Amino acid sequence: MRNIFLFIRRYFNFLFFLALQVLALSFLFRYNKFHEAAFMGVASEVTGRINARYNNVEYYFKLKKANEALVQENLRLREQLRSNYQPADTAVQLVVDSIRVDSLLRFQKYHYMEAMVVGGFVTTQTNFYTIHRGSDQGVKVDMAVIGPSGIVGRVVNVSANFATVMSVLSRQFRVDAKLKNSGERGTVGWDGVDPHYVQMRNVSKSVEVKRGDTIMTSELSSIFPPNILIGTVDTFYTDPSSNFHTLKLKTTTNFSTVQYVYLAQNSQLEEQKLLEAATKKTNE
Amino acid sequence: MSDLLKNLIRFAVFILVQVFILHKIPPLHRFVVPYLYFLYIIWLPFSVGRTWLMVIAFVFGLTLDYFLGTPGLHAAACVLIAYVRPFLVNMLIRQETTEQSYGSPSIHSMGWAPYGLLVFVLTFLHHSYLVLLEWLQFPGSFFYFIGKVLASTAVSMGLILVTELLFYRKERYRTNAA
Repeated sequence: MRNIFLFIRRYFNFLFFLALQVLALSFLFRYNKFHEAAFMGVASEVTGRINARYNNVEYYFKLKKANEALVQENLRLREQLRSNYQPADTAVQLVVDSIRVDSLLRFQKYHYMEAMVVGGFVTTQTNFYTIHRGSDQGVKVDMAVIGPSGIVGRVVNVSANFATVMSVLSRQFRVDAKLKNSGERGTVGWDGVDPHYVQMRNVSKSVEVKRGDTIMTSELSSIFPPNILIGTVDTFYTDPSSNFHTLKLKTTTNFSTVQYVYLAQNSQLEEQKLLEAATKKTNE
Repeated sequence: MSDLLKNLIRFAVFILVQVFILHKIPPLHRFVVPYLYFLYIIWLPFSVGRTWLMVIAFVFGLTLDYFLGTPGLHAAACVLIAYVRPFLVNMLIRQETTEQSYGSPSIHSMGWAPYGLLVFVLTFLHHSYLVLLEWLQFPGSFFYFIGKVLASTAVSMGLILVTELLFYRKERYRTNAA
């Protein structure tokens, strides 16, 4: 017994070093698996406040680009207005095939809210944004985050007034995507090299791909609403040893100037997850 | 200014500079991540014991981690260099004179060569460990690992040199009377 105490006293520093390493690494690997670390809620409240202060200044420098993105988005939405479409032949009548919003309300699958980005960076391998909305305002984990010009990320951590968003530029981020033309699906992720480009994998070789093709989120993604822009094809490689293309996409979102985002909550997500989990169990 | 107050201010300044300046720089290359914050640990006084050095390093690293959304990553690397620092300091300077006469490691107290070596070894260790942990999470080629360690070390050494020249710390010579 005495020897054990002597041993501990003699190697106290080394043992203490090991203990701190274990603690730090457990934080790290736990966080990567579940996106929850010790004190993360408290910490993001504090860092969020400091980020918001800093953003007060930074905000003005990004206003111009934020405006441009919003104008582009408005333009896209305006083009879809019915009044823009008028056939020369009066015999042809355009009818908008939808019911009034009131009666549609109970079918609404995605609920939206807006949020301001107060912090974020694109320089590491796992990039995050801090947004100034939290659980008090109704933000939940796994909400989709969409910018004016396309997909941005998904919520991974929520505190009272702030939330952390894992951006597409994160090595752990995956989203199910499809080609706009053919509807062929694949998975989009980031390889950690260039913040302007993301990769799309598992696209069958039989699909014809051209440079400039648009990639959007697919119906399979339970978090993201379908048909949200991700990017356009820049180059594509065909690996002779596999049956799949790898596409290099230029993202439509400029991740370093994102200023306002929309949060989308899939109200049927719980139900879908439960069903999928139950199905998995029966298969085992 | 007392040592405690000075180091508390440094703590905040190093974190803020790292988060709001160095991490806001648009990425130059995928190998280059400009790190400067760990200079705080190198600048801590000689009189801080090894255990406390590790505690401070852990808290310091974890603070940065919470800003960057990577809890534990920088804390682990900081604790490593805090553990190694006393060994290196003992090796690089003559025990009887410097450590007792000066407050903390600097060019002035240790001389160019020993201080440069101390900074280089700690920077290299810090980056190797940091990139190794990142590499374990997201496996890539070995070339990526080596390239990133070397490029980041070079950039950090440059930044530290600039910092040392801009903020020249003239260490007070401690006498028995003080």
